[in-house]
Amino acid sequence: MVTILPLELNGVRVARRGKTLLGPVDLAIAGRGCTIIMGPNGSGKTTLLRTMHGLERPSAGQVGWALPEPATRARQAFVFQSPVMLRRTVRDNLAYPLLVQGMAKGRARDLASQWAEKVGLQDLCDQNALSLSGGEKQKLALARALIRNPDIVFLDEPCASLDGTATREIEAILQAAIAGGTRIVMATHQIGQARRLASDVVFLARGRIVEATDPHSFFTDPQTAQARAFLNGDIVE
Amino acid sequence: MDEIWAGALAGLRLVVTLDPALVDITLRSLQVTLTAVVIASAIGLPLGAWLAIRRFRYRRLVIATLNALMGLPPVVVGLVVYLLLSRAGPFGVLGLLFTPTAMIIAQVIIITPLIASIAHQAIRELWADYHDLLISLSTSRRQRIATLIWDGRRALLTASLAGFGRAIGEVGAIMIVGGNIDNATRVLTTAIALETGKGDFALALGLGFVLIGLALAVNIAIHMVSRTESDGRW
Ligand SMILES: Nc1ncnc2c1ncn2[C@@H]1O[C@H](COP(=O)(O)OP(=O)(O)OP(=O)(O)O)[C@@H](O)[C@H]1O
Ligand SMILES: [Mg+2]
Repeated sequence: MVTILPLELNGVRVARRGKTLLGPVDLAIAGRGCTIIMGPNGSGKTTLLRTMHGLERPSAGQVGWALPEPATRARQAFVFQSPVMLRRTVRDNLAYPLLVQGMAKGRARDLASQWAEKVGLQDLCDQNALSLSGGEKQKLALARALIRNPDIVFLDEPCASLDGTATREIEAILQAAIAGGTRIVMATHQIGQARRLASDVVFLARGRIVEATDPHSFFTDPQTAQARAFLNGDIVE
Repeated sequence: MDEIWAGALAGLRLVVTLDPALVDITLRSLQVTLTAVVIASAIGLPLGAWLAIRRFRYRRLVIATLNALMGLPPVVVGLVVYLLLSRAGPFGVLGLLFTPTAMIIAQVIIITPLIASIAHQAIRELWADYHDLLISLSTSRRQRIATLIWDGRRALLTASLAGFGRAIGEVGAIMIVGGNIDNATRVLTTAIALETGKGDFALALGLGFVLIGLALAVNIAIHMVSRTESDGRW
C-alpha cells in the first residue's frame, strides 16, 4: 500500500516573536501503531502536532513526508483539543471532508451515515452539531477525521474534558483505526490512556524531546528526572 | 386628547380599508427600500466577507472608513447626493434628482456600510472558529469562502434585515433628494412629516401604523433568524 509515511522532522524549530516554542526537534514517525506525546502544560505538545500537520510553519529545519506536497495534505487529519463543529447537521459535518474532495453528494451522505453508525451517532444524524454534548462532539470530530481513510491522524488531547465512558468509546474507535493501519499520533495528559494505546512515547519538556522510547521502558524506567517527576505527578519545572 | 384619539381611529380605518393613497405610499416605500437593500447587500455582504477573510495592506483603513461611514448623518448624505445630482453637479445631466432612483442611491450609501460592517463581524467570528479545520482539510480558497457564506447565511440575512430597518425609517436624506412629490417620490416617512405639518393626523397616524408594523416585522424576523441559530434548529 502506498502511504505518505514515514514522516521525518529534522532540526525543526518553531519560534514566534523571537521566542522558541519548540525544538530543535528530530523525530521520525513510521510503521504502524500509536505515538503518544506527553509533557507538562506549555511543553510544546500542541505546537509539535500542529507543526507536523503543517498548521505551523517551522522557523528552521524540515518536516518531510515520503510523498511530495500535494498528495500529503489530503491523507492526514487533525482532531483539535476543542472540537471545531461546522454549523451544520452531524451528517453534513461528516460528509464535508468528502465533498471538498469532490465526492458525489449521494455517496458522501451514505458514507457519512455509515460513519455516524460506527461511532454511535446514528440517532443524531439530522441534529445540529452545535447542540451535541462534549463527548458526542469529540466522537464526531474523530469520525470526520477518519472518514477520508487517512494514512495518519493527529489528535490533541481528544479526551481532555470527557468522562470515563466517553474516553473508552474514543479509545475503541482509535484501536479499530490502528488495527486498520491508520497511524495515530496523539497528545494526552492521561497516563492510563497512554499505557492503553501507546506503541511508543515521546516526552516533551520546554519544547525539547527529552525521551523517545517504547512505553514499557518509559512507564517503568524513565531515564530523566523530568519524566520521573511527571509520572509521579510532581510539578516539572 | 380627543383629536388624537379620533386621528388614531381614522388612521386605523385607513389601514383596515386599504385606503388607496396609503397603499400607494406604502408600496412606493417598499419598492425604494427593497431595491436599496438588494443593491446594498450585493455590495456590502461580499465586501464584509472579503474583509473578514483576506489580509491586505489597507484592510484596517477600509474597515475604519466603513465604520466612519456608518456614523454619517443621513441628512448629510442627502445633501451630498443632492449636490452630485443637481443640475449644476457632475451627474446633473442624468436628471435623477427628485426621482425614486435618487432616493435609492441615497439609501444605498446610508445602509451599505451598516450591512458590510455586520457581515464583516459575523464572518470574522465564523472564520476564527473554522480556520484551523478548513486549513487542515486543505480546502481551496473558493471552498472556504463558500463554506463561510453558507454557514453564515443567517448572520448575513440579519445584516440585510438591519439595513432594511434603517432604510425604511429614514427621512432626512430621501426628503432632500426625493423632494416628497405626491404620486412620485412620497414615501411613508416623508408623507408622515408632511401630513403632521398640515395637521392631518389621520393619514399621518395611519402611515405611522404601517411603518411601525414594518419595523416590528423586521425586528421579529431578525430575532427569529438568530434564535433558530442558537437553538440549533434549522
Ligand atoms: N501563537 C503563539 N505565539 C506565542 N506563543 C505561543 C503561541 N502558541 C503557543 N505558544 C507558547 O508555546 C508554548 C507551547 O505551547 P503548546 O500549546 O504547544 O503547549 P502544550 O504542551 O500543548 O500545552 P498544554 O498541555 O497546556 O496544551 C507555550 O509556552 C505557549 O504559551
Ligand atoms: Mg496543548
